[in-house]
Amino acid sequence: MSTRIVELRRGILKKNDELAAGLRASYTAAGVLTLNLVSSPGTGKTAFLERTLRELRARGSRVAALVGDLETDNDARRLAASGAPVRQINTHGICHLDAEMIGRHLDGWQEVALGGIPLGGLDYLFIENVGNLVCPSSYDLGEAIRVAMLSVTEGEDKPLKYPTLFNSADAAVITKIDLAEPCGFDRETALGNINEIRPGIRIFETSAKTGAGMEAWFTYLAEERASPSRY
Amino acid sequence: MHELSIVTSIVESVTESLTAYPGARVLEVRLRVGALASVVPESLEFCYPIAAEGTPLEGSRLVVNVLPVVMHCAPCGQDVELEGVQSFRCPHCGEPCTQMRQGREMEIESYEIDELPKSELPNDEAEVKI
Repeated sequence: MSTRIVELRRGILKKNDELAAGLRASYTAAGVLTLNLVSSPGTGKTAFLERTLRELRARGSRVAALVGDLETDNDARRLAASGAPVRQINTHGICHLDAEMIGRHLDGWQEVALGGIPLGGLDYLFIENVGNLVCPSSYDLGEAIRVAMLSVTEGEDKPLKYPTLFNSADAAVITKIDLAEPCGFDRETALGNINEIRPGIRIFETSAKTGAGMEAWFTYLAEERASPSRY
Repeated sequence: MHELSIVTSIVESVTESLTAYPGARVLEVRLRVGALASVVPESLEFCYPIAAEGTPLEGSRLVVNVLPVVMHCAPCGQDVELEGVQSFRCPHCGEPCTQMRQGREMEIESYEIDELPKSELPNDEAEVKI
């Protein structure tokens, strides 16, 4: 017997990355802007998305959502009340969504197809990830924009505690700003921490309850969707 | 806590590559993991024997080489290594850095095997004799 070293140089998540690249190409071909919303459990992803779907539909945009949870279809039912097509993904214990799960749930989804083109009927596809600030950061879902979310009830140092997610995000959303005062939320510190981890990132300060800050978010979405560099 | 699914992917990739070395036993698997890759080396090492059990990787060591974050600093015109992941500023000039050169890697670099006599081995280009 003799010993030898075999060079492999292979990405551990190569399979996911390849599937995500395929998804990205299909989103681009269909002209749909896809966003991946990531936060801790309880940040308010679903409430934020409910309002986003409802208002975008009211403005004439075609929107749909995939929502990930370990169990239950509660979130899908809440989101579907907006009138948008919604599909629940139950991961049954897995702490993140991956590209294979997304592909499987998009396959044959007639409500979002148009003229035989999968997703061809959409302007925006939102993916609400499993509530977790760690694992989703490793899994590319082919999204154009990864959104890191943080509520005013969570503590201003969350970006410092979870730098991987905040550093890989394209935009940051602060939720529940209607509660900022009673929670003693230190806005300057929170904004400073986000910028320390992801310098120059776009930050939206919002309340899904009052609608504060949502207008800037919708303007951003429209600009990103219209951006020629996306397609 | 997605380390178990990560080590399972590692075992699958190495097992697939091992078909070129029939009868070989794996002694060690070496990873390159960026400091911002969101995996904990100790958790990988803890989960590894579970995923390796009953495969040709059973009993092998997992060696995790953690790579520091390297950013490009535009004002300095060079790549700079960060001391941690709490601030993405150039350690020399203090300016914020946005272009990452290294830090999110998650790669199987190589593995070491005990192999059968050379006469029984198929040809393979990607090997380094030691």
